[in-house]
Amino acid sequence: MSTAFTPVSSLFGGALIGLAAVLLYAALGRIAGISGILASAIEQRAERGWKLAFLLAMIAAAGMWFALAGVAPRAGFPWPWLVAAGLLVGFGTRVGSGCTSGHGVCGLARLSRRSLVAVAMFMGSGFATVFVLRHVLGMLA
Amino acid sequence: MNRITAAALAGALFGLGLAVSGMTNPDKVLNFLDLAGRWDPSLALVMGGALAVTIPGYAWLHRRGAGWGGVALPPQPSTRIDVRLLAGSALFGIGWGIAGYCPGPALANLAHASLEPFVFVAALLAGSQLGRFATPRA
Repeated sequence: MSTAFTPVSSLFGGALIGLAAVLLYAALGRIAGISGILASAIEQRAERGWKLAFLLAMIAAAGMWFALAGVAPRAGFPWPWLVAAGLLVGFGTRVGSGCTSGHGVCGLARLSRRSLVAVAMFMGSGFATVFVLRHVLGMLA
Repeated sequence: MNRITAAALAGALFGLGLAVSGMTNPDKVLNFLDLAGRWDPSLALVMGGALAVTIPGYAWLHRRGAGWGGVALPPQPSTRIDVRLLAGSALFGIGWGIAGYCPGPALANLAHASLEPFVFVAALLAGSQLGRFATPRA
């Protein structure tokens, strides 16, 4: 399915994400990395309160926007691929110590060399994966 | 502002930002990654918009030397580039390129009364546990 270029809402939404990350850094001294917050909220008792508050508020606020703007979920994506992708994202972000938010939004802003390398890797493999699936194998398009 | 309130406010801003920006739409993410096809550059602006706030915001806090009320800031990031970082990030990118979900947007999609994000997040949690035990830290 093709999607429209949305420069204004994407820039504005991105700025809100950045504001959230700065707020968490200023008020709690913490990095807004979703994969890390999610894993540690499940596995560690200490600090669980703020992590659950952050994650639940994130889901609720997104849900409010979906309701107000009439956003429908994607449907019909093949489940075997969905499961494989979920396993890879969970495994990869654990082993690589971060995802789009932790390495991307936060790590780059902390001028972390590790995060710059991580972002280059996952963006590169993301571009390559879509190229192979859509243009070489002609799948999942 | 206490920690829980601040975290909830940050989470709400984050979730709103994900949804408003289009990052929660996996088709938009996949089209961003599709340079050779229906390329939708929007997500570059999501990252740009976020960094336009975090870069000066973090720099300001680093200059202050502490967060609000003397909150300690995280230590300097490690500079270690190892196989875990490279391989983990590469595998994450493959999963991202298959389904169009990274962790934040996947969680945000749980707000939809739809099975797809629940299946994805269950697999993500399983994969995270595999990663936790498969390769112990050196």
